[in-house]
This record gives sequence, C-alpha cells and structure tokens, in this order.
Amino acid sequence: MKIVILGAGQVGSTLATNLANEANDVTLIDSREDLLTELRDRLDIQTVCGWGSHPEVLEQAGIEDADMLVAVTNQDETNMVACQIAHSLYRTPHKIARIRSSGYTNDRIRDKLFSPEHLPVDVTITPEQLVTDHLVQLIHQPGALQVMDFADNQVQLVAVKAQPDAPMAGSQIKDLVSRLGKVKTRVAAIYRHNRPIMAEGDTRIESGDEVFFLASKKHIRNVISELANKEKPYRRIVIAGGGNIGFRLAQALEYDYQVKLIEMDPKRCEYLAERLHKTIVLNGSSSDQELLKEESIESVDVFLALTNNDAANIISSMLAKRLKAGKVITLINNPVYVDLMQSSGDIDIAVAPSQITTSALLSFVRRGDTVKVHSLRRGAAEAMEIVAHGDSKSSKVVGRRINEVKLPHGATIGGIVRNVDNKQKVLMGHGDLVIEDEDHLIIFVADKEHIRKIEQLFSVSVSFF
Amino acid sequence: MNYGVILKVLGILLMLFSTSYMIPLVVSIYYEDGSSAAFAYSLVITMTLGACLWIPFSNKRADLRSRDGFLITVLFWIVLGVIGSLPFILSSTPHISVTDSIFESVSGLTTTGATVIEHIDELPISILFYRQMLQWLGGIGIVVIALAILPMLGIGGMQLYRAEVPGPVKDSKLTPRIGETAKALFFVYLILTLACAVAYKLAGMSAFDAIAHSFSTVSIGGFSTHDASMGFFLDNPDYNGNWILSVCIFFTVISGLNFGLHYVALFRRSVRHYLKDSEARVYLLILGSSAIFVTMGLLIAKQFEPSDTLLQGVFHTVSIMTTSGFTASNLGTWPEHIAFFLLFLSFFGACAASTGGGIKIGRMIILARQTLREITRLIHPSAVVPIKVGNRPVDARIADAIWGFFGAYLIVFYAMVLVLLASGLDFVTAWSAVSATLNNLGPGLGEVVNNYASIPDFSKWVLCFSMILGRLELFTLIVLFVPMFWQK
Repeated sequence: MKIVILGAGQVGSTLATNLANEANDVTLIDSREDLLTELRDRLDIQTVCGWGSHPEVLEQAGIEDADMLVAVTNQDETNMVACQIAHSLYRTPHKIARIRSSGYTNDRIRDKLFSPEHLPVDVTITPEQLVTDHLVQLIHQPGALQVMDFADNQVQLVAVKAQPDAPMAGSQIKDLVSRLGKVKTRVAAIYRHNRPIMAEGDTRIESGDEVFFLASKKHIRNVISELANKEKPYRRIVIAGGGNIGFRLAQALEYDYQVKLIEMDPKRCEYLAERLHKTIVLNGSSSDQELLKEESIESVDVFLALTNNDAANIISSMLAKRLKAGKVITLINNPVYVDLMQSSGDIDIAVAPSQITTSALLSFVRRGDTVKVHSLRRGAAEAMEIVAHGDSKSSKVVGRRINEVKLPHGATIGGIVRNVDNKQKVLMGHGDLVIEDEDHLIIFVADKEHIRKIEQLFSVSVSFF
Repeated sequence: MNYGVILKVLGILLMLFSTSYMIPLVVSIYYEDGSSAAFAYSLVITMTLGACLWIPFSNKRADLRSRDGFLITVLFWIVLGVIGSLPFILSSTPHISVTDSIFESVSGLTTTGATVIEHIDELPISILFYRQMLQWLGGIGIVVIALAILPMLGIGGMQLYRAEVPGPVKDSKLTPRIGETAKALFFVYLILTLACAVAYKLAGMSAFDAIAHSFSTVSIGGFSTHDASMGFFLDNPDYNGNWILSVCIFFTVISGLNFGLHYVALFRRSVRHYLKDSEARVYLLILGSSAIFVTMGLLIAKQFEPSDTLLQGVFHTVSIMTTSGFTASNLGTWPEHIAFFLLFLSFFGACAASTGGGIKIGRMIILARQTLREITRLIHPSAVVPIKVGNRPVDARIADAIWGFFGAYLIVFYAMVLVLLASGLDFVTAWSAVSATLNNLGPGLGEVVNNYASIPDFSKWVLCFSMILGRLELFTLIVLFVPMFWQK
C-alpha cells in the first residue's frame, strides 16, 4: 500500500517505522529537514521536505496514486486542510487526520463536520485522548499492566504480573480455568523474563510472569484477583503534570476518584483549576519531596507522572515510589527508557504514548478484515481482532476447529465474538470450537513478523467468487 | 461633568413622571374621593418644574460618562422621592408633615414598604392607589437600573450576573442595546404584574385590591391598602385568606428571581435555565430551608394553631427574605429568635437584578465560596483554587468588588444604627429599622413593627437616606461623597 504521512514528530515517525517494516511504500512529509534526514537514514522510506498542506508538496510526495493520507502534524488545521486538498484535488481514498482540540471533536459537531461533503476526513485520531483512555482503563482495573478492548468493548485482553502471594501463583493454567468455574477466561500468552513461552493447559504460572488473558469485561476483576494480589479499587490519585493528558485524565476521573493534580506553571494551574471542578490543583514541582509529603503521598493509591519530559517523569515516579505511593504509572516517550524502566522495577507501569497512537492508527491502516490492532510489548507483539469470511471451501479458517487452523508459531486464538440472534456472544478459544463465517477472532501474535501470514490465512481464496 | 445635560435628562424625567399622576387623578375623579385637586396640582407643579429644567438645555447634547451616570442615577431617586411626596403634602387626608410625606414617597419608590401612615384603610382610594403605583414604578426602575445601568458602572460586582444566563444571551446585556434591554424588561415586568393581578382576583380579592397588591407584590415593595397588610384577608371571613397568601407567596418568589432569567423564559420558551442558574438554585434552597426552620420554630413555640402554622411560616419567610415586607400577623408578638432570624434573612435578600433588596444571594454565594477557599488553602497550602459560580470561574476583580461592597454594607449599617441610637431610639428599634430600610424590607421590630409614625423626624430622615443607599447598592450614592468624584 502507498501511504503518505504528514508530520515526522513522535506519532508520525513511530507510525512510519511500523508501516515501513510491514512492507508499505511510505512517504513522509515534514517541514524540518533534520527530522527527515535522521529517519531516512534509519528507515526504508521516501521523505519530502515542505509544508504539508501545500498541493505542490503533496504532489512531490506522490499523493496522486497514494492509497492513504495520514496527517499527524501537531496542528489540527494543517491536518484538516491537507485532507481536504487530498480529497478535492487528488481523490485520495483514505484520509486520517490527527485532531487534538476537543473543539473540533466533541460529539455534537464531529459527525456533522467530518463527512465527505464537508471536511473529508475518514478517521480522526486524538493521541492525547487515546492515552487518556488507556490510563483510565488501567485505573479502572487495579492490578492490570495493560488493558485492551476488543469487539466494541465486550472483551478485554489484560496483561497482569503474577504475584508470589496470589492464589494461583505456581499452579497450572487448567487449574486457573477450573477454579474460576463460570467465569470464562483464556490465557493467551505468558512472558517469562521478557521471553514468550507457550501457554498450554499444563503450563505453570510462576510469580513474576506477565500473563495475557482474555475475558469479558465484567469478569476481568475476578481473574486479576487470582493472579495478582486482590487489589482494592483505587480511590486516591495524584497526577503529576497538567498538560493535555493530565488535564483530560483529571476530567475523566474527578467524579469517581479523589484526584490531585500537580502542575509547575502558575498560569496553567489557574487554567486547570477553572476547568476542573472537583480536582485539587496544586502548584509546585512533582519532584518536590515536601509537597508530596504534605499531600500525604504515602496514602495515595496511584501516582501518575504525565509531563512531556521523560526524565522528569521518571524522577518524580521514583521519588513517589520511595515515598511509598501505591502504584506508579509513568508516561515515557523514548522507547529505550521504557525498556529500561520496566525492567528496573522502580515503576509499576510505563506507558508509551506513541505505541498507543500507533496501535490505533494501525487498526485503520491494515487492509482487509482487521478490525482492531493493539501493539504490545513495545511493538514486538500484537493482539488483533480479525473477521473470518467465506465457507470451508474458500477460507482456510471458516468451518475448521481452532486446533486445525495452521497458525504460525507463537500465535494463539484467544477468543471469538460471534453474532448469535443479533446478540454479541463471547466464546473462549478452546481447541474444539468451530469457526464460522463472520466470526470476530481475537488473536495474540507473539512475533510481529507473522502478521502477514495471519492476514493471508484469513484472505478468501479466488474460488469463492 | 455635563451639568447641562444632566439637568436636561432630569427635566425629561420629571415631565414623564408628572404624567403618571394622571392615573390616580382619574381614579380620584371616578371615585369622587376628594383628592383630585392634590393630584392636579402635583401634575402641574412637576410638569412646570420639569419644563423649567428642560427648556434652557433642550439643545444641549453631549455624551454621558460613567460619572454622569452615577449622578443621574442618584438624582433620579432623590428628586423623584421628593417630588413624589407632593400628593401626600397637598392632600388633606392623610394629614401628615412634609417629613412624613417624603418618607412615605421614598419608601414607596425604593420599594421598601415602610409607612408612617396609621389607619391606611381610611385613606382616599386615589392616595391608596398612588402609594401602590409608586412602588410599581420604583420596581421597574430598579430592574432596569440593575440590569442595564449598574453593570456599566460596575457597582459591587454586578457585572457578574448576566454571565450565567445560558445560551446566546450570556453577554453583559440581554440585548445589544440598553434601550432594547429596558423595553424587554419592562415587558416582562408588565406580564408578571398582569398575571399577579389576575391571580389575586381569582383568589377572591376585589378588582381594586387585586391591582393594588399586584403592584406591590411584583415590585417586592410591601405596601398594602390595609393596616393589617395581608393579615386583613386572613382575618376577614369574607375572603379565602389561604388562597390569597399563596398567590402572594408564589409571585413574591418569582419576583425575587433575576429578571434576566424571566426574560429568557419568555423569549426563548425555556424553564430549565432557572434550575441551571446557581443563584436561583441557592435562593430557592435558602428559602426552602429557612421556611422549614421558621415553621418548626413556630410550631414549638405554639404561636399559631397547628393548621395555620405552615402558611404563616412560609409566608413570612418568603415575604421577609425577599424584602417584600408584607405581614399577616404582628411580628412583635413572635418569639424573638424567629423574628430576628427573619430580619437576618433579609440581609441575604433576593437574587441580583430582581426587584428585591438586601445584599443579594449572588454576592453571598461568592462570599461563601471565598470562605471555603480559605479553608481549602489551609489544608492544601499549594492548591490553586479559583472562585467559581455554577462551574464558571469568577474574575478576581468581581470578587474584590463584592468584598468591598460587603465591608461597606457592614460599616454603613453600624454607623446608621449608632446614629439612630443617638437620636433616642432603643436598640431593637434602631437595629431593626436600619435592617428594614437598608435592605428595603419595610416593617421592623420594636417601635417600628407596624409603622414608623412614632419615631422622631431626624430618625426618619436618616432612614430615608438608608433606603436610598440600600436601593442604589451603596456605592452609587457613596461615591458622590468622595471629593475625588467632583474633581475634574
């Protein structure tokens, strides 16, 4: 597929990396030559330096025969205009724009505004909102390292770290399944010492394992309590950094939790305090020990460091952890730091914004029947939702039992969401379950190299027509 | 200062006001109550005076500045207060002194409702009508001034209250032009008055009483055509007092709301915004909880038959908190703590930009929020806590203005109490008289529980001043006493 990406910032460059590795023709446009040079050296992509919404620049990038335009500069207006131009002048079939301001994306105007006859943007994407949603899910599911939604939020894939004193630590997966009884779950993958191991029925779950399991949303809590300590629902939350994400998160949480927000800039504090109604906005540095003590950091359930400075986030998180804050979640942009911090154990969860955004973009970019993609483990693994089509003759999956499907190594079918009498039914991926037409399969892929093979597996053969 | 233009405006005002004498004049001729001469003379005198002021400056044109605005607003009330006393002075009944006449007239125009006249029932019908009409004219004057003029002058944070009207009218004015705003408000006021008069009539009042009381109800004035005020209808078996009092309660509560909200209700056919407005919500909440408190207090004290207690409790809470000042029983016989509680409530008053008096609920909300903010700051020293009303931040400038207003209110209040004590009144009378006039309430306690006839002339002048001060939100008048104001 030929894809033009506008903007070589965090989001643009991560996306370009991912897409280029998946054998797409990627052209990256940015007005900063230095950013482009660095990426061009590293990746197999074409780059064009110039103002992204200018038709000449777009033509230079080969917009005429591009399949998709992804406009992810940090200016909403540039992104929208670029999509409009691509639509009006070049009839580009798919257009994705990054829209940060909620002024454009609130429910009232969104559907009216972004339509082919008005502003031809097929998909709007708001990285800050995606990251906020991700964080909200982590807070709603205490104990989870990562929560991923599938099939219209019916099923969730949850990563959790097995704790030594948890009920199921040291026992086999089949014990877990039988112990939970009516609560249906399926372990999709286990990572031990950062390496994937096969999750069979007799695999033992050891403490320190990162377990990925699939369950319907209402059952997640039960499963977590078997694998990790039974964590009480969170109540007290401290957010360090009142930027876009901190502000949105406080807005999302302030009515259900006790939220405190620490921000350095006095002006920004006033802005935040005027717009947040229950949150206590504190002016100061999040690495100020006295301030943290004064606000009784030791009784805080979750501390989130969400400034746009990785180092500041890491420092304040480590400080908070030392001062006995409950759980520490840190926003880290630089992928190197993410690995570093996650393995050091000083912070509980490192969240990489670019990875979250890329996951969302990948869902749209992937061709065919892929409905949803979640990038996992710094992009090495992936969880995907894909629709099976056809019948036993035309398809390599439909009409077969799960253990008959020739999945590549390291890939597991976690579950199936099936439409039965107009109701979505969630089925766990046991070996003898037969896949039907229109089933949504949730597949965990430990090695991203195999994504292509899986997509080919699901493609319908020509004899179908 | 453009004295020429100010005098010209005043002249026009007087001439306009003189035409209002025609209505009581017609009433007088119709009922042949013998007061027609007083109104005819008043009309001629006022018209002539107005013309004398207007003619020399009729060609003078200049833009008015905000300082001129203060002066005109103050003169408006003082001059009309004095001129409005003419019919009382000229008429043979009531036979009262010039001081008393001016007190009565000022009390009417400021919608206070304090009276110096005993035996009101025996007054000529036209004079009765005139008293009610004064309050009605005063009421519309206040609404227009409060919504259209005071925000321009920026008195005591009054610019705040338009901010909360939802939808397209959240600008500082309801319509883009003051003239249009005034017209729209007058229309709202007229509709309310008509509805109130019809309701009184349906509840059993005579047509005259219905109109007369609708005037003083909607303007939150409190003048009545009877000595016993609303109690007349309750004690008289010819009337269904419960219905009449209920109508009075309903329309007083409505008139105590911001007229900007009524405007929105009428022109945008919406009712929901009343409950969205935080001032209206707090107003209704305080009214409701105070009514419960007063009713319980009355029940415990066995002041009334249990069956009458609820109506009495609610009626007086509404009447006194909104600063209307209608009564249905002698407050002097009430348990003291309840009577003082009610007078205390009158400091809260009604909503801003209503016809009610007092400090106004909106200001009280901000004062309360600031108090809460100080407490929050003690617990979280680094916290940034803006003052918000209805989830909307309030400009620090407005909060300052309101503290200034509150401080001035207290100082003025105690200064007046001291002056009245010096003039020979006892403490309860002095305290309650100043509360009742500064808040534009009407009846007080002690000597002034029914009327103000028995207190010395000097005290009456002080109270006249107090009524105008309260009505003009203090600063409009106080600013004139500052030498800086008069310097070029």
